[in-house]
This record gives sequence, C-alpha cells and structure tokens, in this order.
Amino acid sequence: MSRRHPFLLLVLARMRELMREPEVVFWVFIFPILLAVGLGIAFRNKPPDEIVVGVVDTAGSGPILAALTPAGGFAVEAVSAPEAAKRLRLGKVSLVVVPGARYEYRYDPTRPDSVLARQKVHDALQRAAGRADPIEVTETLITEPGARYIDFLIPGLLGMNIMSGGMWGVGFLLVDMRTRKLLKRLIATPMRRSDFLGAIMTSRILLVLAEMVLLLVFGRVIFHLVIQGSLWTITLLAILGAFVFAGLGLLVASRTARIETASGLMNLVMLPMFVFSGIFFSSDRFPAAVRPFVKALPLTALNDALRAAILEGADLPSQIGRILVMLAWGVLAFVVALRIFRWN
Amino acid sequence: MDIAIRCRDLRKVYDGKPPVEAVRGLDLEVRSGECFGLLGPNGAGKTTTVEILEGILDPTGGEVEVLGLRWSGDHAGLRERIGVSLQETRLSEKLTVEETLELFGSFYRKGRPAAAVMEEVGLTEKRRAWVMKLSGGQRQRLAVACALVGDPDLLFLDEPTTGLDPQSRRSLWDIIRDLRRRGRTTLLTTHYMDEAERLCDRVAVVDHGKVIALGTPAELIASLRGEHVVEFAVNGDAGAGAGAPGDSGGGSIAGAPAATPAPLDPQSLLGVSSVKSARAESGSILLTVDEPHVAIPALLERLGREGHSLSRLTTRHASLEDVFVALTGRHLRDE
Repeated sequence: MSRRHPFLLLVLARMRELMREPEVVFWVFIFPILLAVGLGIAFRNKPPDEIVVGVVDTAGSGPILAALTPAGGFAVEAVSAPEAAKRLRLGKVSLVVVPGARYEYRYDPTRPDSVLARQKVHDALQRAAGRADPIEVTETLITEPGARYIDFLIPGLLGMNIMSGGMWGVGFLLVDMRTRKLLKRLIATPMRRSDFLGAIMTSRILLVLAEMVLLLVFGRVIFHLVIQGSLWTITLLAILGAFVFAGLGLLVASRTARIETASGLMNLVMLPMFVFSGIFFSSDRFPAAVRPFVKALPLTALNDALRAAILEGADLPSQIGRILVMLAWGVLAFVVALRIFRWN
Repeated sequence: MDIAIRCRDLRKVYDGKPPVEAVRGLDLEVRSGECFGLLGPNGAGKTTTVEILEGILDPTGGEVEVLGLRWSGDHAGLRERIGVSLQETRLSEKLTVEETLELFGSFYRKGRPAAAVMEEVGLTEKRRAWVMKLSGGQRQRLAVACALVGDPDLLFLDEPTTGLDPQSRRSLWDIIRDLRRRGRTTLLTTHYMDEAERLCDRVAVVDHGKVIALGTPAELIASLRGEHVVEFAVNGDAGAGAGAPGDSGGGSIAGAPAATPAPLDPQSLLGVSSVKSARAESGSILLTVDEPHVAIPALLERLGREGHSLSRLTTRHASLEDVFVALTGRHLRDE
C-alpha cells in the first residue's frame, strides 16, 4: 500500500481537478495566448499608414493635388466642402485642405494622426512651392524588440493571469467547496488545515509557473520577445504574485457563503486593477494626482516589476519598492483572511 | 457497558432575527457497539445535534462527551477515531472513487487501503469512475466509504438514505447492518421510520430539539400498548365536514329518509375490547389494538349496531410512525 503524505495527495487532487476541467485549461492556458495573438496582430509595429487628406474640390486645388503624391505617403480625396467636413468628422480623413489665396488646414489638434498629417502636408506643399531646407540631415531607422506593443503586453498578460487565476483558483474554489459542504466534510477529518491551504497555494504556484513558461516561450517563438532579465528573478516575481492574489482570493472567500456574492466581490476587487494596473496600456497614462494610488495596487506593482525584469533586465534589489507593496498586500490579506475564515 | 456518546442538556441557538433554538436541552447516551438512531421530522434538530457531537459546531450550552473525551480537550485525537458522513456533501466531481478514498484515507494515521473500503461498500467496479458519473446511491455509498476509510471507532451517518430509490436504500442498509455486525458504533439520523426500525438497536425520537421518546423500536411500538393498527372508514364519516356523503353512499338506500347515524366519535371506540387508542385522521379512524382477531369482530358488531356501514378496513403492524403521531399528533413527513 502506497501511503502518501496528505499534503501531496491534496496537491495532486487539486491539480487533477484543474486539468480535468476544460474551462480551466482554456482560461489558464489558451485564453492568454489568444489574447496575445489578437492584440499582437492588431497592434503590430508597421510603417505609418498613408496619410489620408481631403482637398476641397474648387478652383486652385490643382497644385495641391499635384504636390500630395502617393510617393510622398499621401492618399488624397478631392471632395466637396460639405463632404470634406463630414469625412473629417467621421475620421475618414486626417486633414482637410481648403484651397484659396491662403490655404486653410482644418483638423482636430487632439488627433495625433491629424497633427502628423498637418506637418507632412505643410512640408510637402511648401517644398512643392519652392521652399529649400537649410540643414541637411540623414536618417538612421531603428526598430528594436523590447519597445513594441507585444513586448509591453506579454508581461501584462502574465500579471493579469496571475491575478485572475489567484482570485478564481482560490477564492471561487473555497466558496464553492463551502457551498458544497466539502469544507465542512474535510474539517470533520483529522486533516491539517495548513496542509489544505498549503496545497491550494502550491497548486496555484505550479499553475502560475506553467503559465509563465507558456507565455514566455510563446512570446519568444512567435513574437521574438527578448527576455532581458534572469529567469530566476521573473520566477520569483511570479511566485510572489501568486502568493499575493491567493491571499486576496482567500480573503474574499473567508466568509462568503454564496457563489454569487463571491463573484461580485471578486469582480469588485479585480475590475479596478484591470483598468488601472497597466495590463494593456501603461498606468503612467493616468494623471499624476491618482498615480500614487495606482502604484499602490498589487497588480500595478506586479506588472511593473515583471515588465522591468523581462524587458529591462532589472534584478530584485532594484525593485524592492514594488516587492514591498506586494508583500504588504499578501501578508495583510493572509493575516486577516485566516483570522476571519469560516470553515463551517 | 461502554458509553460511546453522552450528552447532557445540549442546547444550540443560532444567531438571527429572531434567534433560532435548534436544540433545547437534549440528553443522549449511545452505547458502544450499538446502532443508534435519531428519528425525527426535518427541522427537529437532528443535524445540529449530530454536528455538535462531531465537533463541527459548538454547542450554546450543555455537555458533550464522545468516546470518553471532550472536543475542547483532545480535538485531534478524537478526529482520528470518528468517521462522518454529512447530509448532502458533494465530493469533488472530477476525482475518481479511488482517488477520493486515497485522499480521505491519507488524513488518518491508521487510514485503511482504498481497495478494502471500496470492496466493503461495493464500489470496486467504479474505482476509476469520476464522482460526477456516479448515481445517487453510489455517491452515498462513497460518502459512507469516506467515513469508513479512517477505521473509526464511532460512525456518524446523517440521513444516509435521504432521496435515494428503494434499491439504493436497501443496499445502504446492508452496509450499515454489516458495520453493526462487526461491532462498530453507529449514530444515524433519519426521518424514515422504516429505516430506524430495521437498522437501529435503539432509537431516540426527536422533536423540536428534544428527545421525546427513547428505546428499542420494539419498546417504542409496545408503548402504544397495541402493536397492530386497524384503520377503517365508515360511510358518511369519510367525508365528514365536506358534506359529500353521496360519494361514498354505495351501501345506503337512496331516498330513504332513514336516520343518518350520528358521526362516529373515535374516543367512543376505546371501550371495544382490545382497543388501546383511537384517533381520527383524514377521513379514517385509526385504532391501535392488541389482538386484531378480538378487536375486529367487536368493532364490526358495534358499527352494525349503531347503523354505520363500513367502506374500508385494513390492518397492519404498528410502526415508529404511529409512535411519533401518538406523541406529537403530527406525521414525520408533515414538515
């Protein structure tokens, strides 16, 4: 008879349950890859699109049309004045040029493409009219991995998965076990509660590590992601993240008796971090006034730390601030959760 | 004789508005080696009592001693020695029977091999089946197996057969009888009187959080002072109050303005020889009697004399259900 330690059997049971659940396999392994592929394609780095310019079709439009050639990167539409206004409003053209004694540029200064179009069109028109540039320049073009959107995205996806995996994989799991009276059944055995919680933590960490390897290998192979930092640093950060969000999951589950309440609470916890913590875009975009709060969120700390490690090769000591933020959340969540946790 | 469970003046009040008094001064003594039943309707406080005895709930008041120990004293040691099957536990759906039993077995210092327990509850064929693929009866047998895998000195089974089909119930009864034969102490709760009658050495009838009767099933039935039940209905009385005597008037002569006999008062039948108790219930009259062969002729003679005509008459052995009704005026399954 092979007698094994209850802790090992609990981990084994947890991993078996996870792997036998098609939804889990999808959300944990396939979803982040799909997201990376989708967003990686949508936001792939490519030469700027041609600049679409509307020219109001009246007397005097001839020289303008001649100056804005396709070779210069322009796509020109000669349209009536009302049509031009409409196309500008709908964003079909970046800029409208109205011919006349003095050319008029119509554009929205808050649209980056319009601002760019205004510069390019202005240059092209002035040069065509005979302007000479007094300084000669040469241009060296550099496109480096590490600065692309997909490079930004992959650490963010890893952080996001560590968060939702921890919340669902611990919080939802425990509430589900409570509603099924399985928690009660387990504490009616001599099972050590530390074995039980430790096994859940361990299975979370194993899953996070599998996700991490998958995402990094995928990013490396498909998108030529360059991993600057040491794998040890990245691994330790991922484990720390798993610990923090397992703690928050445990806290959400500590007294909740209904699945619906648990889902609501988890969304309440996760939604702000989905928005603020820099998964899909940098959290630096938020105004300076709210940035301290954003930086204090555990997922912001995790995402920033993973990004610094993966993209910039930062080591652990240089990220001590972020690590302390995460530790504070994790320890606080565990201490409170274990104090108020309801087993029956 | 060893006492496996002893509790005195057990009380449990659940907080709430208003607070719910689930157990109100319950005394119990379960002897080693017996199969003891807590019989009562839903909401009687059976499960609360059992969960306190199992050390899952804390009592509001009273004393509990299990296997001579107290939960506050030797919690871990006591856990090793009891086996528990809760009411309606849903075990992990995606583990196999064998994996589930190995897991539960690993929690106990003297855990038994999964194979032996599966054999005992007849799940060997299902050892590789996921729990979600099991029928209700198989799940319940697995729940009992999880309670047995720690080789317990004392077994708690909370409503082990509720919601099962008759065949599954019988196969669980066989398992429980088998445990009894091997000298295990079992405390089971049920609201099925036939289950208590067949399985239990002694039964405590519980109602509103108290034990209202205690004894062997035979003693409890004997307390009715009549071990047979005669149930009958007379024409006219069957629909008493509903005013529809025509429905059951098969034997009476229509149109005859003959005097309708006065409605039959059950208490007036206590004088019939061998009748020990009488009560009316949904259009019938139930008598408990010592000797049906004496009581029935006397009853027929009496009914004939008073002009009642019989529309139905059956006899059966008295059951614990009759005991419960006699004690409370209600049926076990009313609530």
